[in-house]
Amino acid sequence: MTEHKHSQREPLVRLAKREDLSRGKKWAIRLGAILLALAVGSLFILVLGHNPLAVYKEILTGSLGGPSTRRVTVRVAIPLLGAALAIAPAFKMKFWNIGAEGQIMAGAIGATYFALFWGDTLPKPVLLLVMALASIVVGGIWGLIPAFFKARWGTNETLFTLMLNYIALGIESYLQNGPWKDPSGTGFPIIAMFGQNARLPKVFGVHVGWIIVLLLTVGMFVYMKYSKHGYEISVVGESESTARYAGMNVKKIIMRTMFLSGAIAGLMGFLVVSGADYTLNGGTSGGVGFTAIIVAWLAHLNPFAMVLIAGLLAVLTKGSNAIQTSFKIPASAADVLSAIILFFMLGCEFFINYRLIFRRSGSAAPEKGGEGRE
Amino acid sequence: MNNLINFLTAGILAAAPLLFGVLGELLTEKSGNLNLGVEGMMFMGGIAGIVGPYYYEKAGGTNPYVALVIALVCALVCAGLGALVFSVLTITLRANQNVTGLALTMFGTGFGNYFGEAIGHADPSGFLSVSASVKSLFNSPVFPAPLVNLPVVGKLLFSHNFMVYLAVILAIILAYFLGRTRTGLNLRSVGESPATADAAGISVTKYRYLATIIGGAMTGLGGLYLVMNAGAGVGGAWVHNCINGYGWLAVALVIFAVWSPTRALWCSLIFGGLACMRYYYPISFIPASIYDIVPYIVTAVVLVFVSLKHSRSNQPPESLGLSYFREER
Amino acid sequence: MQSVNAVELRNVTKTFGSVVANNNVSLSIKKGEILALLGENGSGKTTLMNMLAGIYFPDSGQILVDGEEVAIRSPKDALDLKIGMIHQHFKLVDVFTAAENIVLGLKEKGKFDRKAISQQIREISARYGFDLDPDKKIYDMAVSEKQTVEIIKVLYRGANILILDEPTAVLTPQETEKLFAVLRNMKADGKAIVIITHKLNEVMAISDRVSILRKGEYIDTVDTRTTNSQALTDMMVGRAVTLNIDRPQPENPQRRLVVKDLTCLDGQGVKVLDGVSFSAMGGEILGIAGIAGSGQKELCEAIAGLHPVSSGQILYNNPKDPEQVESLVGRSPMEIRNLGVSLAFVPEDRLGMGLVGSMGMTGNMMLKSYDQSGRFFPDTKPFRTLAEEIREKLEVVTPSINTPVRKLSGGNVQKVLVGREIASAPALLMAAYPVRGLDINASYTIYRLLNEQKAKGVAVIYVGEDLDVLLELCDRILVLCGGKVSGIADGRTVTKEEIGLMMTQVGEVRDHDGT
Repeated sequence: MTEHKHSQREPLVRLAKREDLSRGKKWAIRLGAILLALAVGSLFILVLGHNPLAVYKEILTGSLGGPSTRRVTVRVAIPLLGAALAIAPAFKMKFWNIGAEGQIMAGAIGATYFALFWGDTLPKPVLLLVMALASIVVGGIWGLIPAFFKARWGTNETLFTLMLNYIALGIESYLQNGPWKDPSGTGFPIIAMFGQNARLPKVFGVHVGWIIVLLLTVGMFVYMKYSKHGYEISVVGESESTARYAGMNVKKIIMRTMFLSGAIAGLMGFLVVSGADYTLNGGTSGGVGFTAIIVAWLAHLNPFAMVLIAGLLAVLTKGSNAIQTSFKIPASAADVLSAIILFFMLGCEFFINYRLIFRRSGSAAPEKGGEGRE
Repeated sequence: MNNLINFLTAGILAAAPLLFGVLGELLTEKSGNLNLGVEGMMFMGGIAGIVGPYYYEKAGGTNPYVALVIALVCALVCAGLGALVFSVLTITLRANQNVTGLALTMFGTGFGNYFGEAIGHADPSGFLSVSASVKSLFNSPVFPAPLVNLPVVGKLLFSHNFMVYLAVILAIILAYFLGRTRTGLNLRSVGESPATADAAGISVTKYRYLATIIGGAMTGLGGLYLVMNAGAGVGGAWVHNCINGYGWLAVALVIFAVWSPTRALWCSLIFGGLACMRYYYPISFIPASIYDIVPYIVTAVVLVFVSLKHSRSNQPPESLGLSYFREER
Repeated sequence: MQSVNAVELRNVTKTFGSVVANNNVSLSIKKGEILALLGENGSGKTTLMNMLAGIYFPDSGQILVDGEEVAIRSPKDALDLKIGMIHQHFKLVDVFTAAENIVLGLKEKGKFDRKAISQQIREISARYGFDLDPDKKIYDMAVSEKQTVEIIKVLYRGANILILDEPTAVLTPQETEKLFAVLRNMKADGKAIVIITHKLNEVMAISDRVSILRKGEYIDTVDTRTTNSQALTDMMVGRAVTLNIDRPQPENPQRRLVVKDLTCLDGQGVKVLDGVSFSAMGGEILGIAGIAGSGQKELCEAIAGLHPVSSGQILYNNPKDPEQVESLVGRSPMEIRNLGVSLAFVPEDRLGMGLVGSMGMTGNMMLKSYDQSGRFFPDTKPFRTLAEEIREKLEVVTPSINTPVRKLSGGNVQKVLVGREIASAPALLMAAYPVRGLDINASYTIYRLLNEQKAKGVAVIYVGEDLDVLLELCDRILVLCGGKVSGIADGRTVTKEEIGLMMTQVGEVRDHDGT
């Protein structure tokens, strides 16, 4: 072979698409990614001078160790799962709704209004129903606003929904400092605790919200997979031109889906104020709207998988509170850990979708399977 | 009149961190990468920028100028590392840019608060903070007193800290780079049409990595500014959740500035002014909590207006948000 | 005189998944010659040349440039070896000027001097006979101008080996002549030129030698002077074929669609259709010809209710009830369907508009009729049955009716789309570029299906780019030029040159509108 500046054989690594991976292998890769993420996470714990294994153990016992901690973990998981379910149809439509945080807050504000001002006049079941409806409507409207502008003029929904988060938070802060301030409070700007009438009943020690979100899970699965709305959402998500070609009213679908998305998120706001906190404050959404994005994405928008992942992240969140007290590790560790898990899960999809071909083995026989295209 | 000058001066101070964020994201987006992790990278830049000088002073260092250099380097490197993670995931591993950016925001927010709180708790004072001399370097005017004391223009133009001027200089450099150099032309082609750039022998991967990492590092300076600047908060100390949406505003402002560094100057200034307006022009019938969210409301309105007008030359880079795979068919 | 091989390929193989795009191909290109690379769509011509251009890397085999073995790992490597390729889909940045596109990626020292660059470009243009304004933005250019930019870009980089992928597909016959003149100038200049094509008359007109590929296999290389069209076709297709498309006489043509003074604007407010009038008859095929982007897409979409109409009329005559005339203007596709208008549309962008790539055949069968039952949970059974029927009748090659259609080959994707549209028993069928990218077999299947519809009395509108096909298939041909109708010709008597002229200038050559 002659010397030439281009006579190196071939690139070190090349890529090829693959579509032949078995389901088992796919999940093995994903599981491996989570384990790797936990390994990287332990570095963060080491930096603070703790034993990662002890910390991970404490996270588990602190979240699943006893009946009362388990109940708290379930309580954390409820809005997380619900918000992930809310996000799913929007993401399926490729409408990047990162405003669940604000939609939860909006729903909570709607429910709180009735809890505060109608709490004495309405009987408990009616009051709770009205609160739920209010949260659905207000949350839905909060989701509908960006959808309207997106449908009408193509306004960037990612940033719009995000700005609405801050706006919802600002409105809450205004209500808390002004019109809804507890008159019996000691001058401290807080909103009064709800009366007994406005509190959700418990089933097996946890408010009924858990039944509601489990029903929602099944409902969302059926809605996405078998209903004509689900079909429309899939088509719009794939290509708006195709949807228009099919005779669909794309604007209507976008707005309807985002109303639904906002409504479910809003309902979660109701569950939080009426089932867990019994009041409204700046932390009512508490980052749930963002963590839910992780849940939805990791679950590949499959509602049943979301149950598992919401559970996992709830364990992480509750466990982080436990390590805050026992190890003095800040609770933000939960954010860091879940983000690392997400990084690894995002990255590992690549190894599921592509095959790496290293130099030398480049002349390997063509792989089986996978219909090629011209 | 005095109030107006004070307001404008405060507006300029509040605009600078936004400008760093906008310029960094603008550079990133010109390469076709949409990094929604600006908020997270600002957190990373902010925490590293204060932890660096903090440990320098703990170790007995007393020279504030050394501390300043350490702060700048740490902020750049740490935010750049955040951008590197984003780049590896989206450019090499082709992950969805939207979700990866959100993950980066979540990571950076947690990262900043985690170390800020942990190190602060470990300190006898209970705070993660730097000495007054370092803090003053970040807050005092760079120009000599006679200039600063000039009537009107002194305060408006010469009274600012060095980072304000650094941000403006960066904007000018970026405008020159994108509009007048071959490398800038190459970078823009990568964001417009990676296949074209690739066919012309430009390494899409290299350009995207560099633009994203350098852009990310620049946003880190915005985080550092927010942590160090007294006008924006305590100054020189870590405050929980101190970035507070500034990164997101920066992402939105890139759209408002239609991907032009010179327009980014004006847009940042307007939003800097909005952010501190309530301290200078309180309006009796608007409650403080509502006045506080005016920048976010205005951003939402601006987003709508930007989407209303469509012109051929004011469009985002055509391949913004899309990954590139040469052998894709 | 023994001429040196500019490029030589030896035993090159390239696969994509399980598909072998090139199997053990060897061929050579000489300096100062024009080599035609002939083959059907899907025969691997473009893939083979992309390996020279650094887009793909071969799985095995050798590439020699000037007699030395090289590895071309990227387009940059190709340019360093003075190989330049003009792709079928132009690789230009729309918002840049011609000059900016031409110097893109060049590493030259010193100041970025736009004036000097423009001057150099003017010199190259003058030498080879191009006509180009270096400071014009790409988005303001016509297709042929864009192609000129692509060619100059390659020449500016000093390429000695030029590869042109289907360069005439977007040109009128007159523009093609101009291009060929330029290519001859370059050949005289000693450059090696490869022209990828499947059009035989062009092979005969311009090339010195022809290499033929079929289904990824190298067949043969022959001297152009010693061969003829029929021999080339037989080699290209692999069997003796007659290249005639049926064209039965229309039976009892009835007016089905009348378009009057139709004007449409695009997003920037520019007229994309300007006073278009014609009528389409049941039982005939009306061809629509024109340079790419002359308003073909907008015309189809306006009729289908997908593009807003600013003025004019679109009237549909119901075949069941001649008295009933419906106006389609201002109605959405759903409203048009609800009026009882049975209109089928095979759009140009198959996976971006006509089909949902991520769904299987069943899901795609539902696309236009998922809501027919009005039920919230539609029954998918009839659609599964329809999918199976189409799969069988049109011989769609797919692992299952649930395999996402984007994984199918181009021909099979098109069969799914056309199959669905025809299954709706339309009275008006519009097909935009239905054979683009299809091999001869699949193309003839499509022509046959269109003729079947014609025989059933359907009004067929066929938008095409290959004038030879239009002239053989269509009863009448409407030519669009810049959004205006430049004429409607009788498909049986008009010549290719006449159509070519009408494509570039508006002037009533002849009028064969059935009105």
